[in-house]
Amino acid sequence: MSESAEHIVKSFEQELTRLSDLLTRMGGLVETQVASAAAAVVDRDAAAAARTVEMDPEVDALEREIEQFAIRLLALRQPMAADLRRIVAALKITAAFERIGDYAVNAAKRSTVLAQFPLSFSLAGIGSMARMVQQNLKTVIDAAGANDPVKAIEVWRSDRMIDDLYTAIFRELVTYMMEDPRNITPCTHLLFIAKNLERIGDHATNVAETIHYAATGQVLPDERPKGVSSAFAIDPRQP
Amino acid sequence: MNDLAGESRPARAPHLDALMARPRVAIRKLDFFYGAIQALKGVSLDLPDRQVTGMIGPSGCGKSTLLRVLNRMYDLYPHQRAVGEVWLDETNILGPTVDVTLLRARVGMVFQKPMPFAMSIFNNVAFGVRLHERLSRAEMRDRVEWSLVRAALWEEVKDRLGSPAASLSGGQQQRLCIARTIAVRPQVILLDEPTSALDPISTLRVEELIDELKRDFTIALVTHNMQQAARVADQVAFFYLGELVEVGAAAAMFTAPREKRTQEYITGRFG
Repeated sequence: MSESAEHIVKSFEQELTRLSDLLTRMGGLVETQVASAAAAVVDRDAAAAARTVEMDPEVDALEREIEQFAIRLLALRQPMAADLRRIVAALKITAAFERIGDYAVNAAKRSTVLAQFPLSFSLAGIGSMARMVQQNLKTVIDAAGANDPVKAIEVWRSDRMIDDLYTAIFRELVTYMMEDPRNITPCTHLLFIAKNLERIGDHATNVAETIHYAATGQVLPDERPKGVSSAFAIDPRQP
Repeated sequence: MNDLAGESRPARAPHLDALMARPRVAIRKLDFFYGAIQALKGVSLDLPDRQVTGMIGPSGCGKSTLLRVLNRMYDLYPHQRAVGEVWLDETNILGPTVDVTLLRARVGMVFQKPMPFAMSIFNNVAFGVRLHERLSRAEMRDRVEWSLVRAALWEEVKDRLGSPAASLSGGQQQRLCIARTIAVRPQVILLDEPTSALDPISTLRVEELIDELKRDFTIALVTHNMQQAARVADQVAFFYLGELVEVGAAAAMFTAPREKRTQEYITGRFG
């Protein structure tokens, strides 16, 4: 159910718009962080790595701002129904964005260590995984701004491909380590980087679920489409 | 689902399964007219036993009219009539043979403004009881105390039961009116905006009291205060232009209502 009529109290309507704007801004920052982190890894771009890390305080500050603003709206406006869901969703989404930023920072930091090693293999797998994660993240940020449950479901469904790719990369990296023990250190960092990307994808999916609930009042089923399992992969959603 | 033409009491509405209660009052296809003006249109609603049903909606939506049907207050006025069925347990209270005075003892009402009688605190509570029952002096004292305790007023007035009711504060007067209503031991209590004339603390006292009272009574609460309906009601019914638009458990109504009109009303986007 999307919003049709305007709220009778205009200032409340403006506050809700501001909440969406803040979320979109935070989403934009986090999107840039993930893009820079991906460039830092795949293109071995040290400047991009530094930019990712430098953006983090701004992301954290925005998280605090959104959190406080949402709490203020809950206390002062006592929202109901779709408004209530939207504000509670903002609290959850801002926390997810902040985590996504942290994963990007972690990947960026690892990329600077990784740059010290000569690599005898291609990073194409990680590159495609990073692109898929960024695409999902972009879609989910747009969905959050537009309160669009249809786009959200799109992300929710396509996380499966990211999980499959993660399993394939895991397999590939283990093979490189077996071929040559000198690959063990860089491949371990790459494993963590792939794991970071996989977690970013999961958080984007959580955000999609939250948007869907906020927009429709309906909870998506617990079971979402899952990737393949093998000896190389554990279900990343299991504790 | 039920035999509206016959004399049998209708079955309960399916959504009540979630509230785990059987209906004490079952309203079926109720129309109400003020002369030529139709104020209620085909309303069917169950009031679950010992639960609070909150009725919300903009002014003129028919919620207060519905309360007035439930104890046949409208009988006092010519040109007002109700068509349909309202079952209180096994009785259709709209039936011609219903003793309206007895009905009003079974279905008590509390109004927006506290309206104590110009008599002592004790006699305000005893007044209605004397109309229906012959009690000894000791029994009457017990009944008055029981009512005032249930209305959470006893501790404040036990040493001055002979004082005029007008000497009480507004919040105390409203609790006195509730004590007066429950003194005749009704099954259903109708509350028509019972806190709209009260300060916030007195309001919370009355809300706490409603929470207590629902252990023994089935309660219908008309309120303009959505937060109050959210705090107090188990089931919420939304009315608009004489129609029941949506009814459901309070938690569902205030987090994810099904109907667009409900959604717009409770989020303040009506118009």
